[in-house]
Amino acid sequence: MAIKLTVNGARHELEVEEGTPLLWVLRDRLGMIGTKYGCGIAQCGACTVHIDGQPKRSCTTPVESVGEAEITTIEGVRGQVADAVRTAWQDVDVPQCGYCQSGQIMSAISLLQSTPDPGDADIDQGMSGNICRCATYIRIRHAIKNAAKAMKS
Amino acid sequence: MFMTEADGVLPPSQEEAEGHALVNLSRRDFLAGVSAGALVIGFALRSGHALGDATAGGLKNVGGGDATPSLFIAIESDGRIILTCHRSEMGQQVWTSMAQIIADELEADWDRVEIVQAVGHPRYGDQNTDGSRSVRRNFHRLRVAGAAMRAMLERAAAEQWGVDAADCHGEQNTVEGPGGRRAGYGELAAAAAGQSIPAESEVGLKDRARWRYIGKEIPSLTVPRIVRGQGTFGIDVQLPDMLVAVIARPPQVFGSVRTLDDKATLAVPGVVRIVRLPTLQPPAAFKALGGVAVVAEDTWAAIQGRNALKVEWEAGPNADYDSQPFAETMMKTARQRGDVRRDRGDVYTALGAADKRIEAEYYVPHLSQSPMEPPAATARWRAGKVECWACVQAPQAARSAVAEACGVPEDDVTINVTWLGGAFGRKSKPDFVVEAALVARALKRPVKVTWTREDEVRHGYYHSVSAQRLEGGLDAEGRCTAFLHRTVFPPIPSTFQAGLDRPSWGELRLGATDNPFAVPNLRLESGDAPAHVRIGWLRSVANIYHAFAIQSFAAELAHAAGRDQKDYLLELIGAPRHVDPREEGAEYDNYGDPMADYPIDTARLANVVREAASMAGWGRELQKGRGLGIAAHRSFLSYVATVVEVEVDESGRLAIPGVWSAIDAGTVVNTRHVTAQTEGGTLYGLSNALYGAITASDGAIEQANFPDWRLMRIDEAPRDMQVKIVESNAPPGGVGEPPTPPAAPALTNAIFAATGLRVRRLPIFTTGEQDRLPIDGLS
Repeated sequence: MAIKLTVNGARHELEVEEGTPLLWVLRDRLGMIGTKYGCGIAQCGACTVHIDGQPKRSCTTPVESVGEAEITTIEGVRGQVADAVRTAWQDVDVPQCGYCQSGQIMSAISLLQSTPDPGDADIDQGMSGNICRCATYIRIRHAIKNAAKAMKS
Repeated sequence: MFMTEADGVLPPSQEEAEGHALVNLSRRDFLAGVSAGALVIGFALRSGHALGDATAGGLKNVGGGDATPSLFIAIESDGRIILTCHRSEMGQQVWTSMAQIIADELEADWDRVEIVQAVGHPRYGDQNTDGSRSVRRNFHRLRVAGAAMRAMLERAAAEQWGVDAADCHGEQNTVEGPGGRRAGYGELAAAAAGQSIPAESEVGLKDRARWRYIGKEIPSLTVPRIVRGQGTFGIDVQLPDMLVAVIARPPQVFGSVRTLDDKATLAVPGVVRIVRLPTLQPPAAFKALGGVAVVAEDTWAAIQGRNALKVEWEAGPNADYDSQPFAETMMKTARQRGDVRRDRGDVYTALGAADKRIEAEYYVPHLSQSPMEPPAATARWRAGKVECWACVQAPQAARSAVAEACGVPEDDVTINVTWLGGAFGRKSKPDFVVEAALVARALKRPVKVTWTREDEVRHGYYHSVSAQRLEGGLDAEGRCTAFLHRTVFPPIPSTFQAGLDRPSWGELRLGATDNPFAVPNLRLESGDAPAHVRIGWLRSVANIYHAFAIQSFAAELAHAAGRDQKDYLLELIGAPRHVDPREEGAEYDNYGDPMADYPIDTARLANVVREAASMAGWGRELQKGRGLGIAAHRSFLSYVATVVEVEVDESGRLAIPGVWSAIDAGTVVNTRHVTAQTEGGTLYGLSNALYGAITASDGAIEQANFPDWRLMRIDEAPRDMQVKIVESNAPPGGVGEPPTPPAAPALTNAIFAATGLRVRRLPIFTTGEQDRLPIDGLS
């Protein structure tokens, strides 16, 4: 089927098989490899993108269901919150291997957009859908708190 | 900047299109673009003639291997310092640490440093990025390479200026000479290339006090790219005209295809064809597992095509493997006398004479490494030669395995190493690269083989399942007089030699033969167990189950003696001394490094115990339901002690409010990343202890994906963790693995302290059931 997608502000028209997950359209068709495959069943969060600003697991999102909505990926996410998160992530070197971190960062941005000053329980709630096998959780928690502080000042 | 070193040119990636960075640019193109006068002796050395010859000799055989500067360092005329990293970057920040070591002695300006990832080739010496040895085995060698390069730059400057080289000093990318003379490294590069390589004795290494980068908190070289979604992992590789394959593998190791119906598969839009892979013959080694590859235009079509495949499998010789009865059989073995692997005194007589006798049995199941990036490899054949791009820890092993499977000389195989999205031992087994090479050859087109998560969980090289029995004897004062340790597990060598079932000395040395306890009678025995899956190494390997048993049992002895866990552990470790298991009949190689340089030093082990206890406020008043547990273990030549605090409520719900670790890894290169590895390695151990269990039924793995193969999430992780790096001038030890072994026993010792429940069988929680400890309220 023919579809139109808006990814990071750019329009794409392409022919896809109905039901193809957005993840594989991004990676295999558009060459946007920043969004990662981790499980294929919305359990690990590595594939998290924003659809109209909301975090979504692209591995279980049929591409045709996106419609006219704006897709934002790790390559294109911008703004005050994204800047604060990237800076906080770098300040303490949150990532180890980095493979899950696209998804971690997209989830952290969503969390801070809805909850600008998250407590530990908010962080648990907002980030527990993202698995990190390097187990960088201690630094993720610190970085989110640092980003929240930076956003306030 | 990330560049693969080999000839092949990859298409522009997204980031190149966006103008962020040079990615996947071939080494040759890169060098062709380097301006005249650049010092690129590395290239010439690789070609084996011309410029390289002028630089040969000198430093071929320093401690740790070949330190010829051109192997690792190229300086461009504009002053950029291009360093080749021959170890695989998998999150341990080896790009950063290798660069720190070279750049410090080279006196390079850190902001001018760029990294090229080496291909797999014996010229680099060992490249197998496991065993926590990148720093410890390359520290001296890379310092010498950096210092030698600096000496060549200084000599080149001295010649130009007509002054004594002893009066010229490289500092921060500039050589300074008498009378205020200055020349940038870039300007001197061409002349330096003509200098002969100094001998090791002529190379002056810096004093520790003058280190600029080593031992400092230097930010990661990869993280700035990771936070922008840049960087190329194995699964990210894309070549022109490339197809993607997903493989249906036999559920049992050494199983095979009985019947195959591919009609529905070939009807899936995008599927190109299927390829039958050869049936796996023992030993499994690094060969492809066999089965049927579904090759398609893209990943999703390949997955759909595999789903549509109708295969009946021949189960083969492992069809009877069931984890439950196997565990019982192993434990029965552990209840009998086994092969003596280390012996001090007379343990059985001492046990018989003891005032109190304690016995405990421990069980740890199979585990899967489960890096977040599953295995993935891309292969392209041209004129009978194959080039591969893959997330491998051991590119030379990949090269050999591909050459053997394809019947081509190793020189016709090129392995480009991508970033690794985690590895933990899985990616030092290159079976997936072999698959890519075989399928691509059949297709006559480039093919990427992608493993799904289900593939990764079901077709792994599993951490071995183990059963252990410990017996201890206490005298009237509660002192331990006898310590018997029996360990039973299917050994890793079974993967490489069919039928081996005796635990190898190479596994026993991981936490069993090197037991440091100062007890008068001590014995280690092993019992045999056959392997029915591919057994492989996983972060810290046999240390996981050996430390779990020994450090749990130490706490059990303390309890039996009515003593404090930490005090009793220190008493077991005993007086400061060096322990040599070889004196008590053990085969022991000290992780391949000399005992003189890296003794088993009980003073250092005791020190980390005291440090961790002090950090945790050991002995403080705790609320009801809270408990502290401690464990300490030496592995990979480093010492780690960990204290875990748990909080358990009336219903048995568990939380981990804090963890404290002290690590003595000798000289450390990057304090920030040693701290991060200690955090991550500890949580990796806690995750496995809490939830990790891979089980087999009828020879097939029962778990498939993250609901049933469970990994720790942030809400289950410790709320906070503090790490102390012990300052030390000792030679560098390992860092990636040593934090993992003490994590599990520290946790279960804490659970005991909080609740009186002693966990001897891992994991603590059974997936699919509620996470509740089986306690009857809190006393």
